[in-house]
Amino acid sequence: MAKKIRVLIAKPGLDGHDRGAKVIARALRDAGMEVIYTGLRQMPEDIVEAAVQEDVDAVGLSCLSGAHMTLFPEVVKLLRRRKAGDIVVVGGGIIPEEDIPKLKKAGIKGVFGPGTPLEEIVAFFREEAKGR
Amino acid sequence: MDHVRLLLAGDKRAAAKLISLIEDDEPEAMEALARVHPHTGRAHIVGFTGPPGAGKSSLINRLVRVFRARGKKVGVVAVDPTSPFTGGAVLGDRVRMADTGTDPGVFIRSMATRGHAGGLALATFDAVRVLDAMGMDVVFVETVGAGQSEVDIAARAHTTVVVEMPLSGDAVQVMKAGLLEIGDVYSVNKVDLTGADDFVANLKFQVTPRDGWTPPILRTSASEGLGIEELANAIEGHLAHLKSTGLLDRKEVARARQEIFENAQRLLQTNVRDNAKVQVGFDRLATRVAKRKIDSRAAALLVLRSAGRS
Repeated sequence: MAKKIRVLIAKPGLDGHDRGAKVIARALRDAGMEVIYTGLRQMPEDIVEAAVQEDVDAVGLSCLSGAHMTLFPEVVKLLRRRKAGDIVVVGGGIIPEEDIPKLKKAGIKGVFGPGTPLEEIVAFFREEAKGR
Repeated sequence: MDHVRLLLAGDKRAAAKLISLIEDDEPEAMEALARVHPHTGRAHIVGFTGPPGAGKSSLINRLVRVFRARGKKVGVVAVDPTSPFTGGAVLGDRVRMADTGTDPGVFIRSMATRGHAGGLALATFDAVRVLDAMGMDVVFVETVGAGQSEVDIAARAHTTVVVEMPLSGDAVQVMKAGLLEIGDVYSVNKVDLTGADDFVANLKFQVTPRDGWTPPILRTSASEGLGIEELANAIEGHLAHLKSTGLLDRKEVARARQEIFENAQRLLQTNVRDNAKVQVGFDRLATRVAKRKIDSRAAALLVLRSAGRS
């Protein structure tokens, strides 16, 4: 039996719109993955603590409030500090095109904005999780 | 990475990795569990069962804080169902326990049943052992809450808490349960809903004392934070009862019997399924059973004999 892929879906910061995050959670579930949804208003430290305890392969961060440049790299930094830098971090939400290269440089493996086909996102998680 | 050594030193990442190895049934897991076992036996294992939506996760969230305030380290293993169609799962219990954040004295692990029936995952109690060995004083185990969850958990936990909520049915419905025979503590949650008094009254009528313990029935509201201290007292009270009567030792032996039996079953299943030689004979036997040349029980005996020989 193929190893199960475990993913944490989290919403850092104060953004309260989680429909997108839930859509992703369901898509990953339907693709056979185990999805831990940690809900709204999480601090980066909470997300990292959860990721470590749940030993996930990847963390999906959703942010629609524009705070992604602060919050997403912070999650990567804290994961590395916990010696969990192998956990893949993926971002989504409302992220301007020009921020994407900066996020990637900060360690976010992929950024998927509104309209990205779900199959593409699922395939990305699957590919990245294999590397662990 | 010597996960076990790190685990015993309280390393959470090691604990998490070890639990994953166990869940994935990796070869190192068996050896690791053997090394972990002598370091277990300290934690109070409290199971939570009851219908979905009754508020198990939310109550656990509140209880974690109370036990932390009482100076205890708390572990939580929360189980949710795996889809029989996709093999995936949404593990949504942790979302109710967001308050605990980065508290170093708390460890929460979400687990999917991965096809195992009965409200728990195969790895659930091995994960409990890992958390016990890490130094947790209490480990809460939350079942899926459907099917025969309650039977599984009652056989394996020290204390079983049944979480119900009002408006789940009238007196006849309450009589049917069977759930009402296994609880050590009953929590009628969401007491802010109508019908709470009637429900509690019906419950009081049904619940009977056992082994010198009368299961208390508590009114709680996880959302309002009502009755949580009393629930924690009842849980600790039950442990005290188990200790003072010597029942705890008896329970540990009963738990061990259950675990040995389950492990034997699993080993047999693996042996039959993964042994190529046994499989060849198995397929031939299945055809003979389908052709009514031999009955399935006799066929099973032949399989057992073959599996035992290899």
